[in-house]
Amino acid sequence: MNTQHPPRPPLSGLTRRASLASLAGLAVWGLGRPLPGQAAAATPLLRTIPSSGEAIPVVGLGSWITFNVGQDAAGLAASTDVIRAFLAGGGRMIDSSPMYGSAQATIGHALGMLGRPKTVWSADKVWDGDLARGTAQMDTSRQRWGVERFDLMQVHNLVGWQAHLPRLFEMKAAGRLRYVGISTSEGRRHAEFEQIMRSHPLDFIQISYNLLDREVEQRILPLARDRGIGVIVNRPFRQGALPRQLARHPLPGWARELGCEDWAQAALKFVVSHPDVTCAIPATTQVRHVQQNLAAGQGPMPDAALRARMARDVAAL
Amino acid sequence: MDEWWTYRPSDFLMFSPSIYWRLFEALNRFGWPLALLAVTVVSVIWAARRRAQTKGAEETGSVRLAALLLAGCCLLVAWAYFWQRFTPIYSAAPVFAALFALKAAGWVLLAASPGVRWAPRSLRSEIGVWLAGWALIGHPLLALVFGRPLWQAEWFGLAPDPTVLGGLALLLMVDTTQLRTSRLIGRALWVVSLSWCAISSLSLWTLGERQGLVLLTLGLLALGAGTLRHR
Repeated sequence: MNTQHPPRPPLSGLTRRASLASLAGLAVWGLGRPLPGQAAAATPLLRTIPSSGEAIPVVGLGSWITFNVGQDAAGLAASTDVIRAFLAGGGRMIDSSPMYGSAQATIGHALGMLGRPKTVWSADKVWDGDLARGTAQMDTSRQRWGVERFDLMQVHNLVGWQAHLPRLFEMKAAGRLRYVGISTSEGRRHAEFEQIMRSHPLDFIQISYNLLDREVEQRILPLARDRGIGVIVNRPFRQGALPRQLARHPLPGWARELGCEDWAQAALKFVVSHPDVTCAIPATTQVRHVQQNLAAGQGPMPDAALRARMARDVAAL
Repeated sequence: MDEWWTYRPSDFLMFSPSIYWRLFEALNRFGWPLALLAVTVVSVIWAARRRAQTKGAEETGSVRLAALLLAGCCLLVAWAYFWQRFTPIYSAAPVFAALFALKAAGWVLLAASPGVRWAPRSLRSEIGVWLAGWALIGHPLLALVFGRPLWQAEWFGLAPDPTVLGGLALLLMVDTTQLRTSRLIGRALWVVSLSWCAISSLSLWTLGERQGLVLLTLGLLALGAGTLRHR
């Protein structure tokens, strides 16, 4: 399918429930923003999914490497602790893929131990060039998670997207999915990404974005805004390399003004403060880090001028 | 895989170092009696070789036993390590399991080949003896050197790296040049073993483990020694 779809006006065709959810989300988001001259209340920042008006917390949880623990009992227990802390802290979106080894099974194990909490917002991917195998793969993924249906299914790294996207839209129409998206990472295949964004009514894209990898600011993020597509950000920390790289430098004054305890929080605030980002999905194996990540989605957020300064200052280090 | 040139080794890394080393702990808790058995058999083979060399006799029974032992070890590594424990966390693990099963077949063929015997004592074969000792005792102790508990050590017969090093040691100690068949089998075993040293070294380096340098160095040592002629 390669028809040109017109840009989706924000919040068009909403159901009453979605409208109310949207209003509630905006209200909570509004509550999260500081009034002039006042300190910010510590409420999680919510973002509205453009295609539906649903509001979700701006900090989610990734699972690449961190949840690939196989049958290791200690690894499974630690992953369960991380997910418990994530959900207890108000987090909702958990992202995974069949490409991530045993991460899906780890998530399923954790959710089972936690009583299948209803607040989980499940995002997964199809990663097979063949339509029939990909369809079976999605079913296997769902069983591993232990969910009745995924909130979001993405075509991982655009593998077989021509075959999978029409099927995913059919599944969405039939109520077997809520949202459809595509994913890439580390700046790959952006030209093709743009073409698909212009020609298909996607709900989400997933891309890499952080203080140093900012290519998407030029075209992809503005296009997502114009097309009413939600944006999920992977690699906000460059898989941990960014905070490690920056750790030897003292935290700048602007970071402390934003309430950041360390470079990781500053890096994550940079990402989630972009108005076109719906959710960032840092991955971690540690409860302390997931709590710090959630905290980065609260309190004061940099405006456009400060964001530009943050990027300049970090690039200069 | 589009834009393949943009991929780095770290892009294929699917697991953390802590999970990787705990695989060996799970493996050792399962198979430590087998590792002890392998060490015992190697000691018997070494004694038989020494006796044969002392007496100046051409003795092939212990050579074939050594090759069969390595075949068994490679099969155990393929099943207990790659298939049972590594496959859940690494999508390429079944390929490695197949590779080690192929190595096992190679060792069986070498054991059955009429053209294989212990090589006369030489610098090359003595390096092989030293490398065999490393595979049995030195390599497992790397766990302690790099700050890991002994339960996470890599033991000959269970873990791939010391098992491959043991195989390279044997290739240095035997003469496979008497017949074309045994020569070809020997070369194939060299290629597969050295390829594994390269793959594993790169994987360890990508994991941030300096132990990868040790394996790379030993692989290069074996390669260099392999170019020496038996006296």
